[in-house]
This record gives sequence, structure tokens and C-alpha cells, in this order.
Amino acid sequence: MTKLKFSLSTSVAAVALAVAALSPTVSAHADELIIESWRTDDIDIWNSQIIPAFNKSHPDIKVRFAPTPPADYNAGLNAKLAAKTAGDLITCRPFDVSLDLYNQGHLTKIDGIDGMDNFSNVAKSAWQTDDGSTTFCLPMASVIHGFIYNKEAFKELGIEIPKTIPEFMAALEKIKSDGTYVPMSIGTADQWEAATMGFQNIGPNFWKGEEGRKGLIEGKEKLTDAQYVKVFEHLAEWGPYLGKGYKAQSYPDSQNLFSLGRAAIYPAGSWDISTFNGQADFEFGAFPPPVPAGQKNCYISDHTDIGLGINAASKNVKSAEAFLSWMSSKEAGTIFSNALPGFYALSKHKLEISDPVANEFVSWRGKCESTIRNSYQILSRGTPNLENDLWNTSVGVMNGSMTPEEAAKKAQDGLASWYKPQQ
Amino acid sequence: MALKTKPGSSFRTHILVFLLPAALIYTLFMILPLIDTVRFSFYSEESGGPTTFVGWDNYILILTDERWWQDFTNALKNNFIFFVVHMLIQNPIGLLLAALLSLPRLKLANSYRTLIFMPTMLSVVIIGFIWKLILSPLWGVGDTLVGFVGMTDGLPALLGEESTALITLSLISVWQFVGIPMMLIYAALLNVPDDLVDAAIVDGANQWTAFWRIKLPLILPTVAMVSVLTFVANFNAFDLIYAVKGALAGPDFHTDIMGTLFYRTFFGFQLQPGSATMGATVASLMFLVILCGVMIYLFVIQRRLHRYQL
Repeated sequence: MTKLKFSLSTSVAAVALAVAALSPTVSAHADELIIESWRTDDIDIWNSQIIPAFNKSHPDIKVRFAPTPPADYNAGLNAKLAAKTAGDLITCRPFDVSLDLYNQGHLTKIDGIDGMDNFSNVAKSAWQTDDGSTTFCLPMASVIHGFIYNKEAFKELGIEIPKTIPEFMAALEKIKSDGTYVPMSIGTADQWEAATMGFQNIGPNFWKGEEGRKGLIEGKEKLTDAQYVKVFEHLAEWGPYLGKGYKAQSYPDSQNLFSLGRAAIYPAGSWDISTFNGQADFEFGAFPPPVPAGQKNCYISDHTDIGLGINAASKNVKSAEAFLSWMSSKEAGTIFSNALPGFYALSKHKLEISDPVANEFVSWRGKCESTIRNSYQILSRGTPNLENDLWNTSVGVMNGSMTPEEAAKKAQDGLASWYKPQQ
Repeated sequence: MALKTKPGSSFRTHILVFLLPAALIYTLFMILPLIDTVRFSFYSEESGGPTTFVGWDNYILILTDERWWQDFTNALKNNFIFFVVHMLIQNPIGLLLAALLSLPRLKLANSYRTLIFMPTMLSVVIIGFIWKLILSPLWGVGDTLVGFVGMTDGLPALLGEESTALITLSLISVWQFVGIPMMLIYAALLNVPDDLVDAAIVDGANQWTAFWRIKLPLILPTVAMVSVLTFVANFNAFDLIYAVKGALAGPDFHTDIMGTLFYRTFFGFQLQPGSATMGATVASLMFLVILCGVMIYLFVIQRRLHRYQL
């Protein structure tokens, strides 16, 4: 009993000490900015690169990066915002999650900040009100879709980088008939790759990027229109060139199949680059989604993923605005994009990226027009949800269990059942 | 026993005292949430806004809206298949194993029992992962194994094909849980007095007839209970499907069961926002389905079972 008492009293003392030791750091600096984020992986990059670079020009503002694990972020942030204990800068998820925060008054308007004109409308669209009049988060990073290929395999088989879809299909056929490599590594078991790295990767070339995306939102285009059916038709052509048992192949399976050198082409998101840098012991490169025969313009999915906004309850709004306008600079963009190969700053500056494959991806911004995934803004607010339907229908056509027309009709019917402009 | 209560003072307070903790905990954690779920299914909520009473609207939506009805009946149908596979394969195998284990002179009976029961104790996530690897057409051992019996094309994508995914998942679940009916039936078989079987054997029966004519009738109440437990567990199932196929229960919802449908509705999925009230409606319907099944068991089957005083 005495022992228990002893240990109790020591722990109470320890807690009291700890509280005493911590509290001055919490209360003393009025101009300390705290960043809420779900990017726990990035804490080193923030502490060792981004924040020191910011402090070179703004030595008077302290910044602390305080991430929460991704799965807890949304709920945790909501609780902190409600209790007015959230940090000054809020890392924004794209679209409706952040739009809700703005509508509830937790995020401020940031249109007036210096440097906002460094961002295109596409980049800002993820953090704007539906009419595009107000922006509430600074676009911070995007991911780009394309194809990663095994350079050695292409050299061995004498294949040139395909620029058009017929060339692409010919390349797949050549790899298949040679037999050394699985032509393309993507599976349909986890479903999201079929939509994200399939449909949304090759689609913008067919629906002409933003034009088609806006057309769907405004109700001028339907998913049963020829340009969308063609996307499904092209996806359906992939089936015969995928690995054995691709219907049970998961996302990590696909990554492994490629990084072990057993597959020649990998439909990719730019975030895959760092995985392959670590695992693949052959040289790999990237090419943008091939265009339909005869088409001159190309379009890429340059999908907005991470933004940064200001907590409306923050006491340090001036400093927070200074931080945001610094984040829009070329310097910040370059540091950020190099530290995280595959995540690209969204400002219009030309970024110099040392990783060759990451640099190849971002170079397409100069040649092609950027768009974002067409199901993310507005169109996934109802039930059935367009994003879910696209997963399902893309898998259906790749597995051959749905015809392209059926898939298009299913997605369109689902959307039209709740979305007024499509009715 | 000498503890006789006097006639007249027959109310025994200590019974209440003993029942209280269980009743309290059960009420707090089972009955109240259940009632609240049913209550909640009569409401509707705007995202972030107030909840309003809407009467039967949520139920009418599920039963009349084409999409909802299709999703719901599809999940119900798949769930039924899932249950039938368990009833036709898991329980007979459980019975067979229990009968084998209770044979006199079986060597290593305890080791078999432990080994067969082992998968039941493993986490479903591990089970799902192991079987995904075994059956993987890319790296799995399945290919080599079927090669031994002459299938040179290797294993088809059992978990990926629309025609086989649900059955494969059901069989994985059977493999995992076969230990439970085995244990329950085995315990019941141990209660069958040896002299009954011995008497039958003296009268000229062999072990086979002794099982069918003596042991099985005596353990039928346990078999019936195992069946109803299987029913309840299967219609509440969720974890294995979620671990192997994710909440979207692909391909094309061919492995979607009530549990995964509820999960998607309540918590939402990817960009789809969750709806607590629609989720409560789906959960209430699940409860109703299970309630009907259990009622059928209670009023139709259990009353016809003969119980023997042993």
C-alpha cells in the first residue's frame, strides 16, 4: 500500500512538473503559427527544409507543423475547430470537406493575399465556392497521372514511346507477343485504380479536360455522350494486356509486378515515383496519356490534392497571410516539389525538379492542358455517388463484365437520379 | 439441498441482486442502442444541420427507389448465399469432425481439436490476408498446388471473378469458423452417456448406426442452436468481406452483404458522404431480417424438437 501511494504521488508530481515545463512554451509566443495537417509523413521535410527556408525571410514568425494521422484528421480537426483550439493554418482536403469548413465559418477568404494570382483557376477550383467567386485555401500540391514504363524493356523490344492510342495499343501487342513482360500492370481487385489510374488518367484527352468537366457540371454533356463511351471502350481494350489474374490483383500487387521488372508499363499516379525509386533496380521513365489518333491537343489530370487555409479564429491572421503568400512563391514551390517527388506545387512558376521522372511528369504542364478528376467537384455530393460509380463501371469494362455503353449508362443514370442539371 | 424458503415469503431478493449487473449492462449497451437506432431511422438529417422527423420516409425510399432497392436486395441475396454455404458446408463438417473426435480410441484427439479450432482464434484481417496471398494468381501457392492435379493453366482469379468471389469468401469463412460448431456439438456429444452407446453396440449396432440412431437425436437441440447462431452471425457478418474486398465489395457488388451495405451507408465511402439516419434504417432492416429468422426458429423449429432427459 505504501508503495502504491508512493508511486501515485511521484507520478502526480511528474505530471505537475511536465505541465509546468510545457505551459510557458504554449502561451509565450503570440506570433507562433501552428499548422494542422494530415501529412504525418512530411514532418521532417517541414522541419528541416520548408520552415527554415521561410524563416530566412521572416525570422520573426515561428512556425510549428503539428500533423494528426490521416484517418483521424477530419474528425479531429472538426472537434478542435468547434472548441476553438485548432492551429492557425489548416491543411485543406480538396472540395466538399473544406467547402463545408468555409461555409461553417472556420476558414477565411484568402482572395486578397499577395501571390494568389500565381495560381490558375483549375488549381484553385478545389478550394473555391461553387460559383468560383471566393477562394478559401491556397493550392499547395497536386498529383499528376500518366504512364510509367520500364526503359530497359522498351529498349530490349525496340519500342518507341507511344504518342497516340493506336501506337499505344501496338506497343502493348508487341510486348504481349514477345512474352517476356506482362504488357501492363494494373489490377481490378481494389477498384480505385481502375477509375483513378484508368478512367481519370486517359479520359481528359477524350472529354477535352476542363471543357468536358465543366460541361458535365453544367449539364451540357452527359456521360453517355460519345467522348465518355470512348473512354470506356479504350479501357475495355486494356483487358487482354493485363497480367494473369488481374481481376484479383491488388494495388500493392501491381506496384510489385512493375518494380520487380516483370511488367513493362504501369498506369501511374505521380506519387508512385518515390515507391519505385526505392524498389526498382532498373531505369524507368514516364509518358503522358496517349491521345486519340489525329488529335493535336493533349490534356492531363493534374489533380489538386492539398491546400492550406487560415483558421478564422486565429489570432495571428497577419502572420498566417504572410506565410501563405510565401508559400505561393517559386522558392517555396521548388523546395516543396523536390522534397516530395510526385507531389507538385500548383503555382504557375516553372519548377526545377531534380528527380528525372518527377520532372518528366511536371513538364507535361507546359505541353498539355491541366484538368482535375471530373467526379470530384460537386458531382459526388449525392447518392449514388459518381466517384463510386466510376470505380465500379471502370472495373466492369476492364473485366469485360459490362459493355462500354452499359457502363456509361449506369454512371449517367446514377448521376441523373439526384443531380438537377443532368435531369 | 436444505435451503428451503418459507411459503409466503417466496420473493427472493437475492435473485434480483444477482440479475442486476447483467441486466444493467445489457440494457445500457444492447437494448438502449438498439431502440435508439430504430428511433433514429425515422429521422433525416441535412449534413451538419438539424435532424427532422420524417416518419417512414427512409424505409419507403429503400423499398421504392430503384437503386436502393437493387442494392438492398442484392445484399440480402448475397447474404443468403453466404448463409446457405455455411449451413450446407460448415455445419455438416463441424458435425462430422465432432463425431470423429468423440470416437473412442482416437489418437491425438486433443491435437486435432486444437488445430481445427486455431483459425477461429485468428484475426479476420490475418485470415483475409493469408487467403488473398494463397489464392493470388500472381504470387500464390495455389498455382503450384493445382499444377499437381493437372490444371496447367493455374488457378483462376477466384476472388476476382463475379461468379466465384462470393462462394470463395464464404468458403474462407467456413474454413475459419468450422471450429465453433465442432466445439459446441462435441461438447453435446460428450454429454451423451456412454452406456447408451454401449448398450446399442451390445445389441448389435455398429458405431455408424449408433451415431445416427442414438447420438444424433440426442444432440439435435444443439445442432438447431448452432444453426440459429450461424444465421445470426452470417447476417451480421462484415469483417471478412471488408478485409478482402473493401467496403465497395467488388466485383460489381457481387460480394456485397448487409454489413458492407450498412458500412457504406452509415460511414460513407471515399467521396460519398455518410448518412447516420439512412445507416440506422439499413441497420433496422438488418435487425428485422435477423429477428424474422430467429422467430421462425423459435416458433417453428424449436417447438418440434424432442428433448430427452438423460
